[in-house]
Amino acid sequence: MNEILQQLSLCIEKGRVNKDSNYPADMKGMPGAVELTQQALSEGTLAQDILNIGFLPGMKIVGDKFKDGKIFLPEVLISARAMSSAMELLKPYFQSGEINYKGKVIMGTVAGDLHDIGKNIVKMVLEGGGWQVVDLGINVNAEKIIDAINTNSAKVVGLSALLTTTMQNMKEIVRKIKSETKDVLVVIGGAPVTKAFADSINADGYFHDPQGMLDYLNKKMSK
Amino acid sequence: MYKISELVNTGKLLTSDGAWGTYLFKKGLASGSCPEEWNLSHSDEVYEIAKSYIEAGSDIISTNSFGSNLFKLSQYNLQEKLSEICQTSAEISRKAAGEEKYVMASLGPTGKFLIMGDVTSEELYNSFKQQAIAFEKGGANAVCIETFYALDEAEQAISAVKENTSLEVICTFTFDKSEYGFKTLMGISPQQMTESLILCGADIVGANCGSGFEDMIEIVKKIREVSARIPIIIQANAGMPVIENEQLFYSETPDKIKEIVPRLIDAGANIIGGCCGTTPEHIKVIAEIVGKFNQGKK
Repeated sequence: MNEILQQLSLCIEKGRVNKDSNYPADMKGMPGAVELTQQALSEGTLAQDILNIGFLPGMKIVGDKFKDGKIFLPEVLISARAMSSAMELLKPYFQSGEINYKGKVIMGTVAGDLHDIGKNIVKMVLEGGGWQVVDLGINVNAEKIIDAINTNSAKVVGLSALLTTTMQNMKEIVRKIKSETKDVLVVIGGAPVTKAFADSINADGYFHDPQGMLDYLNKKMSK
Repeated sequence: MYKISELVNTGKLLTSDGAWGTYLFKKGLASGSCPEEWNLSHSDEVYEIAKSYIEAGSDIISTNSFGSNLFKLSQYNLQEKLSEICQTSAEISRKAAGEEKYVMASLGPTGKFLIMGDVTSEELYNSFKQQAIAFEKGGANAVCIETFYALDEAEQAISAVKENTSLEVICTFTFDKSEYGFKTLMGISPQQMTESLILCGADIVGANCGSGFEDMIEIVKKIREVSARIPIIIQANAGMPVIENEQLFYSETPDKIKEIVPRLIDAGANIIGGCCGTTPEHIKVIAEIVGKFNQGKK
């Protein structure tokens, strides 16, 4: 059983979707993430184990490499694609409650800012790490975020900004979230954002890369 | 009128313009609304931005159309207005530029990844084609395909402009400094970009956004390693944001870039302007330096 899950993890890491895929060249003809997930399920492997032992370690390797600058976005995207294809097969188990997400994260690019690529990458890595992401899109104000926190009973918010002007909007959004909700972690990111800035506006965390945020959430929320 | 690249090939340096997005919010663009829609509903304000750059000394100004692709406009349910928005954006800038100055229509990335199967090449091409045709109708001289990071998407944009209009094609990528030198999000180096974009048919290449003017010097040198002739445009951010006394500002002030711009020119840049955080004051400084260089050449 473990061998299948190890192989599955490798497929996620290398971005191998299914057996018909020509990618990556050195795995041609071999089963991909989809077939291995089907096989594991049919052999009675717990869906939770498939997620934890098969999916997450593969994405973790990719996230760490991206963090260290060893790989670039295409590799992350390819892995995320393999993972999401296989994840489809686990959907019924999430719905039945047999497996659970680690938690819900509300995400959005803050009001006045239209840049969403960074946010979308973080979303992919978090989902690849077993978190459910509620994506509010771009140009999002505090009311919309607070609304989403309440309707989803979420405990984590991720905010993104790429401009100095919109970084300033983050301050007001963080203040409102903190005053109108309880025990919600607010994590911020974006090219111009720094740890010092995060501290100055009372955000709970700043991370330079998606894996940093994922590692933080895994640690913080498992306590 | 010369083409922009022809003018550059006579040895002339040119000044382009500064930031638009930040400027629009300053003029009152509300959160939740579409910046490109302002071409229709707030054309006076958009005109004022264009005019302020002409007055600051820009030889080339862009348009308020960075996010005018089908995918971004659909988020506001404005996809039906694509052609009208694009054409008007060019008309507004043309009005500010007069017949003497150049208009390059801004065309940003869609945010979709071909590699993920989010979108097909045809879908990208069709959006870019519609935009380019409308820009030409509105009186643009060129299309500035900017802030790109992926070669496959850039290829679609360049082909769409080339095959459907007679506009000049300017294409600039955004690079971050990594352990392995300057790379885009997708891992493309300035050298790789230059080789590919020239093959695709770009008339002018370069870099925009990024971490400031200082870093662009290195990027220009890398582009020049590949081609001694291709005209290079650099539109840098005003450095990285810093906080002082609870105020945020960009580190490369107009005064600071006075000593950087000449080095950028020495490295081989032909057209210089700004991106996020730059203002007409930055452009004034650049235009003055560019003017001096041009006089010295004669």
